[in-house]
Formats: sequence, C-alpha cells, structure tokens
Amino acid sequence: MLTSESLKRIDREIAKYPADQKQSAVMAALAIAQEQLGWLSSEAIEAVANYLGMPPIAAYEVATFYNMYDLKPVGKYKVSVCTNLPCMLTGGVDAGEYLQKKLGIGYNETTPDGLITLKESECMGACGDAPVMIVNNRRMCSWMNPEQIDKLLAELK
Amino acid sequence: MAILGALNPMLSVGLDGDKAWRLADYVKRGGYSALRRVLEEKMPQGEVINEVKKSVLRGRGGAGFPTGLKWSFMPRSFPGDKYVVCNSDEGEPGTFKDRDILRYNPHSVIEGMVIAGYAMGAARGYNYIHGEVWELYERFEEALDEARAAGFLGSDLLGSGFNFELFAHHGYGAYICGEETALLESIEGKKGQPRFKPPFPASFGLYGKPTTINNTETFASIPYIMNLGGEAYLEAGKPNNGGTKLFSVSGHVNRPGNYEIPLGTPFATLLEMAGGMRGGRKLKACIPGGSSAPVVPAAMMMNATMDYDGISKAGSMLGSGAVIVMDETTCMVKALERLSFFYYEESCGQCTPCREGTSWLYKVVHRIESGKGRPDDLELLESVTTNIMGRTICALGDAASMPVQSFIKHYRDEFSYHIEHKKCLVPVDVQRAGSGFFMATV
Amino acid sequence: MEIEIDGKMAQVPDGSTIMDAAQQLGAYIPHFCYHKKLSIAANCRMCLVQVEKAPKPLPACATPVTNGMKVFTHSELAVKAQKGVMEFLLINHPLDCPICDQGGECQLQDLAVGYGGGASRFQEDKRVVFHKDVGPLISMQEMARCIHCTRCVRFGQEIAGVMELGMASRNMHSEITTFVGRSVDSELSGNMIDLCPVGALTSRPFRYSARSWELSRRRSISPHDSIGANLTVQVKNNVVMRVLPRDNEDVNECWISDKERFSYEALNSPARLGKPMIRVDGALREVDWNVALDYVSHALKDVVGNSGAAALAALASPQATLEELYLLQKLTRALGSGSVDFRPRRRDFSADGKLGGIPWLGLKLSEIKDLDAALVVGSFLRKDHPLFAQRLRQLAKKWGKVSLLSSSGDDSLINLHAQLTVSPAELPLAMAMIVKAAAQLKGELVPAGLESVDPGATSQAIARSLLEGEKRAVFLGNAAEQHPQAAQLHALAVELARLTGATCGFIGEAANSVGGYVAKALPTALNAYEMFAQPRKAYILLGLEPELDCHDPQQAMAALKDAALVVMLTPFSDGAARDYADVLLPITPFTETSGSFVNTEGRIQSFTGVVRPLGDARPGWKVLRVLGNLLALPGFDQNSSEHVRDEMVPAGAAFVAGLDNGVSGVSLSLTETTGELQRIADVPIYFADPIARRAPSLQKTRDAVAPTARMNAATLARLVVTDGAPVRISQGSCEAVLTARADETVPAGCVRISAAHVTTAALGEMFGAINVERA
Repeated sequence: MLTSESLKRIDREIAKYPADQKQSAVMAALAIAQEQLGWLSSEAIEAVANYLGMPPIAAYEVATFYNMYDLKPVGKYKVSVCTNLPCMLTGGVDAGEYLQKKLGIGYNETTPDGLITLKESECMGACGDAPVMIVNNRRMCSWMNPEQIDKLLAELK
Repeated sequence: MAILGALNPMLSVGLDGDKAWRLADYVKRGGYSALRRVLEEKMPQGEVINEVKKSVLRGRGGAGFPTGLKWSFMPRSFPGDKYVVCNSDEGEPGTFKDRDILRYNPHSVIEGMVIAGYAMGAARGYNYIHGEVWELYERFEEALDEARAAGFLGSDLLGSGFNFELFAHHGYGAYICGEETALLESIEGKKGQPRFKPPFPASFGLYGKPTTINNTETFASIPYIMNLGGEAYLEAGKPNNGGTKLFSVSGHVNRPGNYEIPLGTPFATLLEMAGGMRGGRKLKACIPGGSSAPVVPAAMMMNATMDYDGISKAGSMLGSGAVIVMDETTCMVKALERLSFFYYEESCGQCTPCREGTSWLYKVVHRIESGKGRPDDLELLESVTTNIMGRTICALGDAASMPVQSFIKHYRDEFSYHIEHKKCLVPVDVQRAGSGFFMATV
Repeated sequence: MEIEIDGKMAQVPDGSTIMDAAQQLGAYIPHFCYHKKLSIAANCRMCLVQVEKAPKPLPACATPVTNGMKVFTHSELAVKAQKGVMEFLLINHPLDCPICDQGGECQLQDLAVGYGGGASRFQEDKRVVFHKDVGPLISMQEMARCIHCTRCVRFGQEIAGVMELGMASRNMHSEITTFVGRSVDSELSGNMIDLCPVGALTSRPFRYSARSWELSRRRSISPHDSIGANLTVQVKNNVVMRVLPRDNEDVNECWISDKERFSYEALNSPARLGKPMIRVDGALREVDWNVALDYVSHALKDVVGNSGAAALAALASPQATLEELYLLQKLTRALGSGSVDFRPRRRDFSADGKLGGIPWLGLKLSEIKDLDAALVVGSFLRKDHPLFAQRLRQLAKKWGKVSLLSSSGDDSLINLHAQLTVSPAELPLAMAMIVKAAAQLKGELVPAGLESVDPGATSQAIARSLLEGEKRAVFLGNAAEQHPQAAQLHALAVELARLTGATCGFIGEAANSVGGYVAKALPTALNAYEMFAQPRKAYILLGLEPELDCHDPQQAMAALKDAALVVMLTPFSDGAARDYADVLLPITPFTETSGSFVNTEGRIQSFTGVVRPLGDARPGWKVLRVLGNLLALPGFDQNSSEHVRDEMVPAGAAFVAGLDNGVSGVSLSLTETTGELQRIADVPIYFADPIARRAPSLQKTRDAVAPTARMNAATLARLVVTDGAPVRISQGSCEAVLTARADETVPAGCVRISAAHVTTAALGEMFGAINVERA
C-alpha cells in the first residue's frame, strides 16, 4: 500500500526517536501516507500502524484527533481557510465566502471536477498575514484578497 | 520581512535579507558564540541556570513562568535519559511570533536548546512545530542539518565531551498540543491529551523521563542572555519582567505583524508602531495576550503597559504577547462566537467539564448571535464558565471561559441588545467594511 | 503520611492518593473513571474535593497525599464542583433510565440522585452517537450513553494486554470505538461491561432479559479452568440469567474470563438432558431414575460377574466436582477395578507412582506478582488460562522477566523476556537446553543425559533470568501435561527448579486438576489412555465427551463403540454419546449441585447449587452414591456433598495437604526427532469443555471459528499446498478434510490442528506424526 519512497521517508522519521519508541513517528507516517494516497483510508491507517508495530485503533485515534488528516477523499487541492477571530477581523470569513461563491461549493465540499475541496480551519499561527489559507497542508498563502484568491484559483489546475 | 519594527531589539537584530536564517548569517551576527563559550569554559551547569535566573526571563509561551526556576527543577544528576523540548506549536489565535523566529532566526532556537541541554544534562531534544507552518518545519530540519554539519549538534560538541541531538517533530492540527503535556503525548505518537499534574514533566516527561519544555521565543532568548549577561538582559525590560519580547499585532491595525519591544513599553507606543488603527477608526477593544486572555476595553488598554504586571493590572494576561486589535466595526457577540467555536472545536475531549462545557458555551453564544438568545442566557453562560474554570485537567477550560466572562463583563449591553432585538448593535455592512476584504490590502 | 478527611484521621503510605486514603477510612468519594485496577485518568472530574490551602478543587483519584493534608469531601466547594460535573455529564446523556438496560445498576443513575439537578438547563439537541457492532458478547448499541471515562480503553491496554477499543476524534465528538468495523476479541472482554459505569457497554446475551433488582445473587465457583474464579451467579425464576465476577483478590481479583461469564447460556440449553435414557433395541428411550439405576447396577454386576472387574473402566472429566470424582473412583474400586482416571487428554503417564505428592502450581496465585522471573513451558497461555496469563502480564509490566517455551507462536500479549517456539517433539530438547544452560551458568555438573545438548543464546537468557532475583518459578502448561513425553518435561522442570532455586509447578488444565489427585481418581490399573488402547467391556463416563476430550478421540470412540456397556453421567443429551452410550444419566452442572473444586494452588472452594436441578437431572455425587447403594457396596452412606468432602479433606481446611511437584526415578533421555510432519493440537478456549462448547454467544466469537490446518509457508510449499486449499489430514487410519491456512507462528515441520472440535474428532493423537495432502 505504501510505496518504498514513503517507507523510506517513514524510516527517516522513526530514526528520530529512541529505538523502542517507533510509535512516535505515527504523526509523520500518517502525513506521509496521506501525501502519497491523497487521504487516509482505514487500510492506509492500518498499514501505518502495522509498520510501526502499534494497534490500529491507536493509529486511528491519532488520525481522527488531528484535523489536518483527511479520513475521506478530498479534491486534488484542499484549500483550508482560517476564519478564526484575528483572520475574521481582517477578512478571513469574507475570503471563505468569496471562495465558496467562486467555486460553487460549501465548506467540506469538493468541486464536481474533483479539483478543489474547501475546508474551514482554525488558527494557522499566521494572523499577521490575514486572511490566510493553506493548500494541501503544505503551502501557506498570505494576504488573500480577492485578487490573490483569483490568482491562486487560476494556478490550481 | 515580517518583524516590522523594534525598540532596542535583540532577537530581531540583523534579520535582513532572505538568508538571515542560514547558519553563516547567524554566525556573522554572533550566533553560537554563547554556546561556544559555555562549552569551551566548561561553565558549571548551575552557573548557566543562574544566569537565566538573573535575567528573569519569563516563559514566552503564555504562562510566564520564570525559565531559570523551571530549569532548576530538572534532576540534573538523574542518570538516565533526559529531554529538552521546544514548544513551537503556535496555535493560539493572534500569536505568530514563533513563526517569524523559525523563519528568520531558527539557529537562535537551536543554540538556546543546546545550552539548555547542557545546563540540565539532557542529551536529546525535540522541537514540536505547528503543522500548519509546514515550510518552517522543513526549514528547521535544514537548519538542524547545518548545525549538525558545523558540529553544534551531535556528539562531543566542540570537543567538550557534551553530546546533544535535536530533532524536529511536526504537529498536524491540534491547538491543544500547545499545552506542554499534550505536546509530550503527541511526540509519543498519541492523541494530544494533556496529562494530570503532578507528576510534572521535570520528573515524568517525555517517555516518562525528566523533561523541560520551553517556548520557541524562550529558547531563542537564551543565547542573548548568555552573551549579554542575565542582569543586563533584565534591565532591557523592567523589574520582574526581564528583556524584550516579540508582540504579534493583528486585527484592525494598519501594519499587522511582529514587533520586538522591551517589556514595559506602553500599549499606545506599540499601536503606533503597528501603524495605528485602520481607516482611522476608533479602538473598541483589545485582547492583549492571545485569544485565551480576557478582552480589555479601549480606554483601559490605552493606559496599559505591555508587560506581565501591566497587563495583569488591566485585568487580563500578557500570555503569548498576541495583541488582537478590534475597532468599532466589531460585533463583540460575533467575535466571542468565533472564539467559543474555536475552544469547543479544539477541546481534546478528555475531561468532562471541558468536553461538555465548551460545546455548551458555544451553542449558547451561537444562539444569541443567531437571534435566538434567551433572557437568562448571560447568567447561564456565566454559571457554566464557573463550573468549567478550575475543574479541568489543563488550562483549556479556563481559556475557553475567560473570553466568555470578559466579553460579557465589558460588553453586556451589546449582548443584551442581541438577545432583546435579535440582531446586532453594529450593522452588518459596517462589520463588513471593517474587514477591508474587498478593498486593497496593505 | 497523615491525612485528615472530613475530620477523620488516617495514616497512609507515601505515594497514596486522597482516594486511597478515603477508601481506607471508608469515606465515599463519588467517581466514574477511577478504578482500583486501572491507571489513573482523572478525566471524569466527579471526585473533585476541597483540599485545605488549594485554591481549586482537586481530583481525589489523582492527588497525592501530602503530610498533614486536610480534605473536605462534602464541603460547599466540593459539592458545588461535584454537582457541576454531574450537570455536564448529564447534558448529553439520554435521560431515559427506565428504558436503559443498565437502569437499576448504573453508577451515573445512582450518583445523579445525589448530585443531579431536578431539571436540565441544557436546552439544545443532545449528542447523537452511532452504535457499533463489536461482536456477540459486548453490545455497543447505545453509545450516546457513554460518559467517556475510558475505563474500557484502559482495561484493554492494561489488563487484557490488547488495545481493541479507543477513543477516536476529539472534543464533544469523542467516541469509544474499535478500529473501523472490528470486533472485540479479547478473552477477557466481558470485564469491560462490568467496568462501564453506564449503559454504553452492556452484555449482549443478557441485554433486556431481566432487571437487576429482579435477580438474586448467589455465590459460586467457576468450573472452567484451574484458577477457580469466584462468581456471582444471578438468578431469576430458577434460571441462571447472568454470571459476574465476585471479588477475590487472591484468586481472580475482580475479573473473570469471557468463558466464565458467558458459558451460562449452555445451562439453559435445549440440549440439556432432562430424563435418564436407556438404549433399547438400538434406540435411546427415556426412563425413570429407578429403572435407569436398576439397569445400570445390574449391567455393571453382569460385566464384572461375567468378564471380571478388569473389564470395567471409569473416566471422569477433570471438571467434575471433587465429590463426584471421589465417589466414582470409590465405586469403581469397590467393584474391583483399578482402571479409573480423570486425565483424559494425557498421553504419558510414566511419572505416575513416581510423584512426590499432588502436582500443583508450586506457589499461591497471589505470589505471582512478586516473582522476579517465570518460565512457562508448553502452553497456549492466554487461551488456556486467561486469568493466569493476566497475572503474568501485570508481572512483566512491572519488573518480572517472563519467558515462554512452547509450540505456539500465538501472541501472549505479555511483554516477554524471551520466547522459544519449537515443534512438540523438540520441546524436551529445548527444555534440556535451558536446564543445561542453568547448570553451566551455575558452574554445576551437567545432568546426566544432557551431555550432547548445546544451549543457544535464548536458552541462556532464560536460564539467566531464572537465576536472578529472589523469587522465580517454572510453570508447566496444558500442552506440557498432554505431551507424549510429559514425564521428561516434568523431570526437566524439576531439575531446572533445583538448579535455579525456582519453584516448579503445573498450571493445571481444569477446575479439579489438583482435586482429582485429592479424590484419588487415579489408576491402579489402566490409565485414561490405556483403558481405550486396550478396550474394555464396560465404561462409566462422568461429565466428559470422549470424542472431544480425549487425547486420541478416534481410539476412544472405537473402544466405546465396541463396548458392551457405556454408562454416561452427563448434563447434555446431544453429541456423539447418542451413538455409543447405552445409558445416559442426567447429572447437574455446577450451578445445580453442591460440590468443591480444588484450584491449582490447592485452594478448596466449595459451593452450593444456585438453582434447582433442571428436569430430572440430579447431582452426580447423589447418582453415584445411590448406585453404590444399589450395588450394595460399602461406604456409600453420605447424606450430603459435605460428608463426601470430609472423607477426603479435614473439615474447614482451606488448602489441601500433600502438594508436591517432585518426581523421582525418571531418567532424562532425549529422543531423536524424525523428519515427519507433526501435529500441534491446541484445545480452543470455547471448545474446551462441554458447557462452553454449547454456549451460543461464545460460539459466535472469533475464537470459536472451525479449526483449520495451519502451517508456515515453508511447510505449505513442501506439501505443495496453497493457503485456503482443502487438505486431507490423516493420522493412522483416521481422516478429516480441513482448509489449509498459512500461519507463520507455527513452527517448521508442524501442522496446527485444534482438538476438541467435531471436525477434528475423527483424528487421532493431539501430538505426533500426521499426514497432510491436497484433497
């Protein structure tokens, strides 16, 4: 299920922790699995759990606790919009509404072409750059006014 | 450049250009000289800790606990593994200072952690980095590689015989992991559920071993303290509030961003540095220490100084130094609703008052905001908060309650208006204009 | 440490919590998540109390006592905090106690009476939590009732040794669940039902069949393994409705296994034998007791008169009561036959007559926690002895070095110090290696017969662990007792114990594995194996089903089918007995008779019937006593089971005398192993005795799936068989067709085929050569 490339990356994470603490790598391993597979199916979670020698339910607890893991399929691009107070004050909520209108979908929905999933998100620790959004858990986009959002959408193909 | 201004800065000195984060640049700014001196002089561990004590550096993560005192709790002679952990899980709404430290000055954190490891006899450290700032997690790993290659990490550092390894661990979307014991659980590969204390991490921390956890900015300040001397560092701030601090200013100001100022600087000065109020509108309220701190009305805020004691006098907390500025276009009910949703969403679900109480608080505030409030809702909210506060495993229960209590305390009329008139005191179009989303941004 | 709670003073050891101190004083502090056997979670917050000088109320379960501490459990501050928590617990909890299965025995309901409000201030929609299907034993149909105390999760992690339940998600959406659609399979799972303070986890078989206040609670003892778990049997209208553990810290602590909890369903089974039956013209017919007993006594007299007493043999289940075993052997001997036994799954009896005394555990169960090291030899540990394994699990978690030498690589869920998995034939050799390693480490002479043995690193590690520390033990498991070279294993264990200073003992297969010796249900002529290998004319069978309970069922069946008379004392009417029994006498199971079990530590535990006998069934001891009378044999005048017991053990004795695991005159000799394919036969947990194998819910668990032929990949390849293919199994002249399964835990050159199941009853011996080919 996991490619040798993914497993190699997971091994690199495991090496960060004491030899008897492989479970410490579960967050990184789940993130790597999600990067490879797009989302975390129960098979993917179990594969990670088995690789780390931990009970599948323990890995499932982790996968369901941290909200950057996707336990359902998402579009090619997942755009998470921060709407928490500091962002809200400077347009975070408006940015989310703008995106919804542009894409014709609500939060937790995916465009019919499977391209973009929209998520409402909590504080990303970048309030000075509000409104902020993150693409695919990796790329932070700052100062997202309508013009910037249009540019981003044009780029996400 | 996101550290937008400074008064007598330390941390943010010389952070120009996009190479500032590189080892070479850091060394040029005097980086790793403190570590070099500590190792070469074989400075006694107690002396390092004493220097930190003298600086009256208080934890920059929010609680403000004296760092030197915390370090002295570590059983230095404990023979087994010990850990030094850095808390870069910056998720408190309004706070984004650690992001800039990691972005522009990651080696100061590494140097601070190695010195901490030396002082406490720990040979291994982890930096837990907020999952949302993924680029900085990758950058920190690169910085670690640089430090390793230069001999600042690994075994027998600079021939001193002292070993120290440091690794980065990323979060993946859980505010609660900013709580130190939840963070430890998370490093152990579990849900981030805070532990009951005692035992404290100094005796039972990561993997059950003695562990000290400090905030990013705290560790980043260590090299400066060691170079400057504890007393000089203290004097840069004010008594009992040593040094300078990074303040994250967000909300309705012209230049949101980070500002390094000596503790004790008046709020008015900070506001001015941040370009003043956006659109020339009036300040309505300010949350001076991150979303968990009680809100302070404009008049009180304008008289406050930015330090632990000053903000405490204004009835709030300096917390993480996150200053959320709200102008007159802000609906306080809507603002509280969003914060209450945040705490409800981020409650780890472990202990009863928080799991059940935060959702109850949100539901009631939401109902007021949606025009379905009831006459006794404010009393209900106050009662529920008293049943949460002080009854939970960690501070999230208090953090969720304090905004509710302070918003109602200072803006009761606005809440009552909502309940009575089923609508907001601040017209919706005024609120929208306040966000500035559809105008050109700064 | 001195502490004052509500004005009462207590002295507690350092490290105690306020909860510990309160329990010592008998002061009750309300709680949900706290449990004496589980780690502290401090998550329910119900036990908040006021502590002098503390600004906030503190959880009694997690707050360590400091010297001079003053605690107020009922002060205004404490009660306000407790009531506040109760309100939070109730806002999302369905307030429909009258339709909840837990109603009447719910801790939340009970405490809500004292701490709950009269009306709810919560006007919102309550949380909805979807139900989960986690198997036939635990019902998770009403998870909205869960209060997230995580006792069940901690039980899995800490006691059962396997985390099957977890709390997924976070905030108010946290929910207890298994991993996506999985069932809960632990053999200790039912304890989670007891631990659940609300109606979230309930007993699936018991659910909605009775209210707790309708049930009378009666004390009993588990017949299902050698631990003798103490039970509370709950009865309504003379029917056993439910079985729960009864706390006995020295025996079962507060736990019982699922076999002990859910076997009761068989007691009410339609397969119960309600009337005596006699075979007339080839068919079994119901008759009255007097007719049946008259028939049996005449038939026995005929056999003895015509063919001699040696033509009679008697075999009992080791699950029979002490009194039944005693009277059976007395009857058989009085008729002149010494062919009586209670060890049907044994193969090697060569230690008989060489024993130092009654084989037993070698120490008290409560002493296990103090061991520094333990070695278990020949055991399917947690399926054979769930509670014994649980004690070893706790030991290994603390400091004890627990090692396992067996023919099964099954996960013991114990943090093992060392594990050796070898074929049954190699078991004595592997044991010899440990013995030799111990001798070498101690610098002692290598015992005779072990000169050529060459201990490996694992053997040395095990030997070393047994030489370190104060208290160590060697335990022989069921497979070691059933092994064709059981005496060798016994002698090797004794030698290992002598060299290392460890105790040596037998875990014991069944409720009366020690009791049978006390009852002298032992052969002076043919033993349990020989009595079928050399077929007899007449057999008396007590409480066992030879086709499932004997070492070589095929041999037993052949002998029984050819016998002139087979008298069977049994609670059940179904099974193969219908083909070979000439007389079926309905005896009562443990719930309908008084009697005694002597557990593996020699503890005598007597019990009384908890319900009246079903139909015309009668206690076995009474049936045997009356038979003795009808046969005019001396010494059958006991008026109660207590009288019978008193003939064996002094009245009032708590433990039996004469326990000794010594063996002498068994010389150590290691036989060469051949390259033949060998059988490994486990006795699956829910096929192990006649009651368990008829319990419908247990039979739906994963532990009750039909046996397969399990081999490792190399063996499969050697036989040119693929995983999932049908294979023809033959032992001697016997055959069965099973499905081949790849299983890397099976040692090389072996095939694991469970015993005690109808699909494998046609086969022969549990261990030894076996043939497998593609079907």
